[in-house]
Amino acid sequence: MSESLPYKIVIGLEVHVQLATKTKLFCRCSTEYGNAPNTQTCPVCLAMPGAMPVMNREAFQLGMRTACALDLQIPLFTKWDRKNYYYPDLPKGYQISQFDLPMSEKGTLYISDPKGRFEPKDVGIIRAHLEEDAGKSMHDEANGKADSRIDLNRCGTPLLEIVSEPDMSSPEEAKAYLEELKLILSYLGVSDCNMQEGSLRVDANINLHIETKNGKIATPIVEIKNMNSFRAVERALHYEAPRQYDIWQETGGVIGEISKETRGWDDSAQVTRAQREKEDMSDYRYFPEPDLAPVTVTEAQIAEVKASLSELPQQIRKRLQADYKISEYDAEVIVNQGQATVDYYEALVSKVNDGKLAANWITQGVLRILKEQQIEIDAFPITTDRLADLLSAVQNKEIDTTRAKDVFEKLLESETSVADMMKEMGIEKVDDSAIDSLCRELLEANPKVVADLKAGKQQAVGSLIGQAKKKNPNIDPGSFRKLCLEIVQSM
Amino acid sequence: MSLIQLTATDLLKKLSAGEVTSVEVTQAFLDQIESADKQVGAFLSVTKDSALEQAADVDSRRKAGKPVGLLGGVPVAIKDLLCTKGQVTTCASKMLENFIPPYDATVVRKIREADGVLIGKTNMDEFAMGGSTENSALGKTSNPWNLDCVPGGSSGGAAACVAASMAPLSIGTDTGGSIRQPAGFCGVTGLKPTYGRVSRFGLIAFASSLDQIGPMARTAEDAALLLEAISGHDPMDSTSANVASPQFSQTVGKPLEGLRIGLVKEHFGDGLDSEVEATVREAVKVYQSLGATISDVSLPHNKYAIATYYIIAPSEASSNLARYDGVHYGHRCDEKQMIEQLAAEKKAFEESGDEEGLRNMDTSLVRMYRQSRAEGLGPEVKRRIMLGTYTLSAGYYDAYYLKALKVRRLIRQDYDTAFKEVDLIVGPTTPSTAFKTGAKTDDPLSMYLEDLYTVSANLAGVGGISIPCGFSTTGMPIGLQLQAPPLAEEKLLQASHMFQQATDWHTRRPELS
Repeated sequence: MSESLPYKIVIGLEVHVQLATKTKLFCRCSTEYGNAPNTQTCPVCLAMPGAMPVMNREAFQLGMRTACALDLQIPLFTKWDRKNYYYPDLPKGYQISQFDLPMSEKGTLYISDPKGRFEPKDVGIIRAHLEEDAGKSMHDEANGKADSRIDLNRCGTPLLEIVSEPDMSSPEEAKAYLEELKLILSYLGVSDCNMQEGSLRVDANINLHIETKNGKIATPIVEIKNMNSFRAVERALHYEAPRQYDIWQETGGVIGEISKETRGWDDSAQVTRAQREKEDMSDYRYFPEPDLAPVTVTEAQIAEVKASLSELPQQIRKRLQADYKISEYDAEVIVNQGQATVDYYEALVSKVNDGKLAANWITQGVLRILKEQQIEIDAFPITTDRLADLLSAVQNKEIDTTRAKDVFEKLLESETSVADMMKEMGIEKVDDSAIDSLCRELLEANPKVVADLKAGKQQAVGSLIGQAKKKNPNIDPGSFRKLCLEIVQSM
Repeated sequence: MSLIQLTATDLLKKLSAGEVTSVEVTQAFLDQIESADKQVGAFLSVTKDSALEQAADVDSRRKAGKPVGLLGGVPVAIKDLLCTKGQVTTCASKMLENFIPPYDATVVRKIREADGVLIGKTNMDEFAMGGSTENSALGKTSNPWNLDCVPGGSSGGAAACVAASMAPLSIGTDTGGSIRQPAGFCGVTGLKPTYGRVSRFGLIAFASSLDQIGPMARTAEDAALLLEAISGHDPMDSTSANVASPQFSQTVGKPLEGLRIGLVKEHFGDGLDSEVEATVREAVKVYQSLGATISDVSLPHNKYAIATYYIIAPSEASSNLARYDGVHYGHRCDEKQMIEQLAAEKKAFEESGDEEGLRNMDTSLVRMYRQSRAEGLGPEVKRRIMLGTYTLSAGYYDAYYLKALKVRRLIRQDYDTAFKEVDLIVGPTTPSTAFKTGAKTDDPLSMYLEDLYTVSANLAGVGGISIPCGFSTTGMPIGLQLQAPPLAEEKLLQASHMFQQATDWHTRRPELS
């Protein structure tokens, strides 16, 4: 799709993920979200004089799990550094982060699009490193006051910063990267990835490569912040690319001549706006954190983490396609719902022995209901046993698909078994002789249809099926159709 | 002999024998503080009531035959750089003048648990930055041997209170010599342990990779007692050494056989006062007479130690002290006055049409930071913050900080090499004796050179001790420094005790009117 554009888009993403530890990265305070301000603090995260950090091993472990899942290499030696800057929600005046020796580097993430909007590709990951979160500043400018309040509950929560290579060339690819990353993180169970609560935050770097008479040029890099959903990321990038092109046409400014700019996404206006840079933010004066010992990791520990990883989304997609003969699209839809949906699907398949049938019912039936009712699959009222009974009835031609869908809707509201529900709804298998006599009766009453059928217009049988269903709703349209055609042929 | 003249070890004997109570001992030292500290100024705060309560509690437990801790009701003074729960902890700075920590430093907690009676907090150079205690923003401390002279620093109050018999034991901290130098100036025993031997949790950081807490006392025996009480691994301090802590008080009396002593060539060069040199050489003869063999060793990179130190320490300090920004605790400038001032500046720029001035104006937040720090921090602290900010800046980091780290490794290697030949390194603690108050305040560089012999031990992370070894003709104490390999504090204490068994310099007391 970018072929029609006069430029190539270059996108790199920085994702901050809150790791799902019970306690903070350097103290024992709870990381729970949503409690009264400043109730989850201690001398360490308040930066009281003399307080010292102690590393949370669990956070490092979750970082290692993520790193292994993203094919990142884990060095055997890693250390902590201080990133110095002043801000009221950073009480130490520095953030403990990792600078030149991150805990992991050089990985990849595979993205693809079943809708075919872009070619599948491996997006490079430069590094993933651990750091502590800052607190939250709340600016209350009501009543003509310029009051700022600070909540330090979040201060010290462990973050994994995952920095991609600038390998994405469209907003769609960027969104796919984020969705796949989020999926992997939730399969790993390392983060709840809730963007509303800030446990997953995205900054995007974007610029353009343009072919000119004098060779290829690159526009200055813009970093976009304040995007609160993946859709917002996609929209912000869609907005930003042509904006940069327009600016370049106006000014001719290229990378190097003009320094990197930070812009914020205004979701209500659907535009990016230049942000005022924080004071003196340019030089973080990184140096090794003297209060923490470097962390050493052994090959055995890395092997252990790798061995403990459960199957990852892309592996599951491949396996579902191979084992159950389903389409790439169906595998994508099921796997993207998360592990619970995959488990549901596999349980269903094991009972009905038809991967395609099970996939259809899940993608078109179950997932539609989940979306309508805003529930998770764990809360879905039809167990795999009941759904399997229904699908078996379809497979045994005890019920046609249309009626099966009616039964499905009824099953949502009761705990009745499939057999009882069918009985309740008056659904029963019609025996062959009943179909035969109904078929002959209708053919006799509709000579025009018979003539059409003889002339090869097979679609003419449709009107007979409609009449048959009126006379007996339990008639299986497939069997009826087949029989009609047979009788006409033998006439 | 009055109670305040006794060593902690002797006081403990009397206490456990029931000859005296902790309340009596504590009261005796409180009385001495009452009478002597007006002249000396060693204490920033004296916690009389809680000290007597603590003493009474120890007495009642002892009387009831219940267990009593290692320090058994003997008073201990704490440098005001260590957090004491519920008691003001100032770092001798206006910034923290009213700061009351809600927690004890690990060392303070251990002293409480060992039944050391906390009698007060001692004066120091602001945030431990200095070598004379003249940088205290909250009071002046004088050398008990000559009130016109400085007590040394930064643990000046900690040394002076022991010298003036206001406390038998005190806690100091040493980042570049801040225990050993004042111990030398005041004629007491002061030990800087190996980095990691004592927990730094609750020690308000100056330079985290160099800071270490240590005991100050009259004798090596007493220092051993206090070190035993405070040392050991602390899960709250990731840099504390995870090794078992010896029972220093049990081993201090064991003489060392076949002791090999090294004299550092570089410690006997230019700048060393001839009287100090002669005294130190006499002290070495004492060791010789006790059977030690003496040889020369070299610490070739020692000449870079001061330069290295004054890059690493300020770099870390510039970051460690960033938290004193007026936002969460500590001094904050008068906001109403500040806002008015900003408004006046804005108006002036507007009236004169100075657009650049307007553009460059501080936001109220930035002005609050600047003004609070300008008011709350003293000149030496500011000097070091600026130095450290500079040396960590982009473009300078490699030339200064990174290079300093490399030299630091070389300094450590010098020690490793030297300690293959000798058990201990012996030399002067300082180039000269305590100087007159005000003599060096206008010349920070000459003040920095006071650390010439002590700072290497901090950079290398090894232990060192200063013990009294004589007096100048003007009557000022002279310190002998002993340094040992990492975690060899037992040897330092044993060797010091041997010296103190053979000499009586450590028993001399200044006469205060």
